[in-house]
Amino acid sequence: MAELTPGEVAAALPAAAGRPEHQEPRWQPAEAMRAYALIVRMWVRSTMAYRTSFVLTALGNLAATGLDFLTIVLMFAHIHALGGFTLPEVALLYGATSTSFGIADLTLGSMDRLGRRVRDGTLDVLLLRPAPVLAQVAADRFALRRLGRITQGVLVLGWALLRVDVRWSPVNVALVPVMLVSGAVIFGAVYVAGAAFQFLAQDAAEVQSSVTYGGNTMLQYPPGIFARDLVRGVTFVVPLAFVNWLPALHVLGRPDPLGLPGWLDFASPAVALLCCLPAAAAWRAGLRAYRSTGS
Amino acid sequence: MGGFYGAVVTRGFRRYATYRSATAAGVVTNSVFGLIIAYSYIALWDQRPHLGGYSEPQALTYVWVGQAMLAVMALMGGGFEDELMDRIRSGDIAVDLMRPADLQTWWLSADLGRAAFQLLGRGVAPMVCGALLFDLALPSAPGTWLLFLVSVALGVVVSFGLRFLVALSAFWLLDGVGATQMAMLAGLFFSGMLLPLNVFPGGLGEVARALPWSAMLQVPADVLLGRHRGTGALAALAFQAGWAVLLLAAGRQLQGVAARRVVVQGG
Repeated sequence: MAELTPGEVAAALPAAAGRPEHQEPRWQPAEAMRAYALIVRMWVRSTMAYRTSFVLTALGNLAATGLDFLTIVLMFAHIHALGGFTLPEVALLYGATSTSFGIADLTLGSMDRLGRRVRDGTLDVLLLRPAPVLAQVAADRFALRRLGRITQGVLVLGWALLRVDVRWSPVNVALVPVMLVSGAVIFGAVYVAGAAFQFLAQDAAEVQSSVTYGGNTMLQYPPGIFARDLVRGVTFVVPLAFVNWLPALHVLGRPDPLGLPGWLDFASPAVALLCCLPAAAAWRAGLRAYRSTGS
Repeated sequence: MGGFYGAVVTRGFRRYATYRSATAAGVVTNSVFGLIIAYSYIALWDQRPHLGGYSEPQALTYVWVGQAMLAVMALMGGGFEDELMDRIRSGDIAVDLMRPADLQTWWLSADLGRAAFQLLGRGVAPMVCGALLFDLALPSAPGTWLLFLVSVALGVVVSFGLRFLVALSAFWLLDGVGATQMAMLAGLFFSGMLLPLNVFPGGLGEVARALPWSAMLQVPADVLLGRHRGTGALAALAFQAGWAVLLLAAGRQLQGVAARRVVVQGG
């Protein structure tokens, strides 16, 4: 047994793995969603066993994530515009990225625990269960308290939408929900790719946070305040600029600092879908290359 | 007994030194956040030069000192407190209390070892990164650096004092998650991690500068920036030392109360 990889063990147990021997796992979105929902429901019930504790930690999450906005508000105690943006305009950027990131964090945020599972060998258990591994890892220890971040983001976004000086054409109105959903998908792809990277480097969870949490922090500010190369990096390398910057700049009627073609303001959904391809490929490659620690 | 606790300090250092890739990953995160915050400060100081009495290079230095101190002062957790709270909840603390070593001094020693490693492992690299990317106002006089090190050491003791009190709350609360979270929020806000405390508006700034958390970032940063000179520097260090003594004494009192009247949870 010792020299078998868990993948081989799973293949040797067709009944348990629920698929014929030596066959690549098929893509089963319905099956994956069902497994994900089941595991999430289990963790939510477990959370609700300690209702007070849940309320307190959710409020704590809301307050902790709100500190970023408090910083911005304190800055605006001294200034009227940051990088040429008024407080409601910065709040629009802030609320949009926080909501998108919050959705990704709630649904996939547990994936940064993968490194620990690889290290202590508990990932093997997930490989033996007849459910897609990605769904299991994503739903692992589902933390409902992360609703705190979404709530905070939605509150700031709502305030910004009421206060910001914008002509609400049908295009601008439609762009807001499209931006939120596309942003969540882009951050989700980063989470999956980051988790795949943890198959290689088990202690790399913090590098992933620098892209997810760091990216989220960066997107809270107007792009004009950053160095052009940095903005190019988050536009073309890790396309976080499509989370909120480009669509929000269109809504606000402001030019983007890179002078990109205008149609890119509407490209967020396409970019989000494109991001999923390398993320999925990285995940499959990582899972296939996985060798158990044996402990 | 000094040799004994000295050995605990060394082991604390070595324990954290073991996780090299985690340290490297932490340095990357600190540097990324330092970069982002630095640009937001540039935008702010661009509008209001000399805000809070800082020039732009001084404000940028403050950003990178903040990133360097984040792990040293355990501002976002990662210190000893989770482990101690686990021991209180599981009842292992009963064994600890019977050991021929003082609980507070033991954990203080271990935490000093941790902080010493974090200063080297997580403090130096982001500072270098910041100095390479931006024009910083770092002092050239070795004496200022020495004062800064003393100030950091005192800040670590203050940070320990606060976290020891939080950890002991587990004797009464059992689940310390809420207390830890509140302490972290207060620490991030009142240490000056979000914005320098002298940029806080009016009365809020004055209150924040008098609280113990300012000893963890604001005071060491101002010492490095040379804003406390001569007797002013001594006053700043005395402020830190005062809070350190007060918090350690409070911890000792609370430890006595906890050991006497709390029934340890069986495991």
